[in-house]
Amino acid sequence: MKILICISNVPDTTTKIKFVNNNTTFDKSGVQWIINPWDELALTRVLDLKDAQAGIESVTVMNVGLADAEPTIRKALAIGADKAIRINADPVDSFQVASLLADAIKKDPYDIVLCGIESCDYNGASVGGMLAELLDMPSVSAISFLNIAGGKVELKREIDGGQESIEIATPFVGIVQKGIAKDPRIPNMRGIMMAKTKPLQVLEPSAANTLTSVGSFDLPKAKAACKKIDPDNVKELVRLLHYEAKLI
Amino acid sequence: MSVLVYTENWDGKFKKLSFELVSYAHEIAKMLNTQTVVLSIGNVAHDELQKLGTYGASTVMSVDNDCCKNLDNQVYSHIITQAASKADANIIILAHNNIGKALAPRLSVRLKAGLATGVLSLPQSIEPFTITRKVFTSKAIANIIINTPVKIVTLLQNSFGIHENQAAVQIETFNPDLSAVTAKTVIKEVNKVTGKLLLTDAEIVVSGGRGMKGPENWGGIEELAALLGAATACSRPVSDEGWRPHSEHTGQTGKIIAPDLYIALGISGAIQHLGGVSGSKCIVAVNKDPDAPIFEAADYGIVGDVMKVLPEFIAAVKEIKQS
Ligand SMILES: Cc1cc2nc3c(=O)[nH]c(=O)nc-3n(C[C@H](O)[C@H](O)[C@H](O)COP(=O)(O)OP(=O)(O)OC[C@H]3O[C@@H](n4cnc5c(N)ncnc54)[C@H](O)[C@@H]3O)c2cc1C
Ligand SMILES: Nc1ncnc2c1ncn2[C@@H]1O[C@H](COP(=O)(O)O)[C@@H](O)[C@H]1O
Repeated sequence: MKILICISNVPDTTTKIKFVNNNTTFDKSGVQWIINPWDELALTRVLDLKDAQAGIESVTVMNVGLADAEPTIRKALAIGADKAIRINADPVDSFQVASLLADAIKKDPYDIVLCGIESCDYNGASVGGMLAELLDMPSVSAISFLNIAGGKVELKREIDGGQESIEIATPFVGIVQKGIAKDPRIPNMRGIMMAKTKPLQVLEPSAANTLTSVGSFDLPKAKAACKKIDPDNVKELVRLLHYEAKLI
Repeated sequence: MSVLVYTENWDGKFKKLSFELVSYAHEIAKMLNTQTVVLSIGNVAHDELQKLGTYGASTVMSVDNDCCKNLDNQVYSHIITQAASKADANIIILAHNNIGKALAPRLSVRLKAGLATGVLSLPQSIEPFTITRKVFTSKAIANIIINTPVKIVTLLQNSFGIHENQAAVQIETFNPDLSAVTAKTVIKEVNKVTGKLLLTDAEIVVSGGRGMKGPENWGGIEELAALLGAATACSRPVSDEGWRPHSEHTGQTGKIIAPDLYIALGISGAIQHLGGVSGSKCIVAVNKDPDAPIFEAADYGIVGDVMKVLPEFIAAVKEIKQS
């Protein structure tokens, strides 16, 4: 099986978010970049399955981004992906990302395409589903378990209050959430050395439309200061919640 | 022209989320001077469908077809696309839950309709269509402009609320043409807890972090939650350690919730945790460290030992409930 994991390059989760140009542009200065956490978990799970001889022939990662995304892409190679592809574009919306990915995938298809449930920059929760529709493939969303055995794919997806176990034939698009792997793999020295020699192919983007744009950004309004209550007077807290906030 | 809402049902019943979606759609329909149409898929009794009228639905299209009991994203996208065409919908609204997230992007492509996910409020303007949503895991807000004739939005649960707008509702059976699509997801088994208040539905949530020390100390959290009619939640390390089930993990990589009241016990308030709970209308924090970041997000706080505070909290709630 050939597996593709779409990875987005996102600011480290502790980044202080700032905007420039009249609040129209995210300020990238000083930002540390990481593989989107769910994408990293998906990669980890697929590599575990490959190591367990589950019949995975190759693991590719693909990113739509400019050259500055390459350290993140190299990290995915260092973790253990066999090959990487970068589509050289600075996308405006999820539809454009999905269209560029879909055009590349159509030319060189995969048995399983995995995306994360959302990227922690624009939190679109969109690319995976859009990609599936563009490729006219089935999709399963909110996957918290993936197994491949004897050429068969077993999935679990999260539903309200539980899970469903699902069987699905390839090819399909899987949209992955927490649970698929516990902790992401950390690249070791050998992986980092090997990553330098692994192929990182750069593709020029196809013509792709956008459907939305960002007008401007705002920062959330500062919250009023926290009202501190004496630890020896817990009753007062409950009284405030009852009479002042009227919540209990 | 119309505003189309897709709402799922839970074993044939609608819940608060459905009514919130319809209330929200009705308000947008008013801005556009048009009607609210609701699409329901699966077996739902007439009386139950009728309830949607209370929140402003003027038409309910009901697909009461056994083929569609289980969610298959392709089949459902076909149905919603056909409903959108029949209703001549120019705005389509879904919930920002697992099902909405699975379907809305597919619909966006099928209908060439721009999508804004996880929106928080009504559009700021209709022309151009501008709407706000959270980005950078709740650390910022983006004003999104949708440039296409048909628009799709997914609404963050509990961000708009329920509003009654009694409408004369017409219920129609809708028979989509499914000859061009077959379900490819085969559901082997369903594992579901029933009768438990779902975290995403709860108005009050009591949540514990590593400061609770161990799973043996969750009795107090359960007790307080039961007294308040609340759901229980936890921080990520708590679920990673196996102290609590994964379904309770809130935050950037867990569930994003916006209850009226979020009670954080022994939680430091790391930025990734706050990403999932900062939409709560009121946050109460108990933490022994006065500098814990949770106090920056909290409305009410107690700097103290949760082991001592929690039993007193429970006692005080019991007392006030009795009075
Ligand atoms: C990519 C990424 C994604 C993440 N996603 C999430 C996420 O979705 N959700 C999430 O929760 N975390 C997430 N994290 C982890 C996050 O960074 C924190 O590590 C985590 O939230 C800390 O959990 P905690 O507050 O329970 O534990 P700790 O940080 O250990 O804090 C425990 C707190 O309890 C207090 N305490 C201790 N004893 C007592 C006592 N007796 N009485 C009162 N207070 C006491 C301490 O003062 C401390 O503030 C993520 C991290 C990364 C890198
Ligand atoms: N620029 C990108 N390049 C490659 N994959 C992406 C990109 N943006 C998003 N994705 C994939 O789509 C998922 C969901 O992203 P989003 O729809 O942006 O929230 C991510 O977890 C990735 O798997």
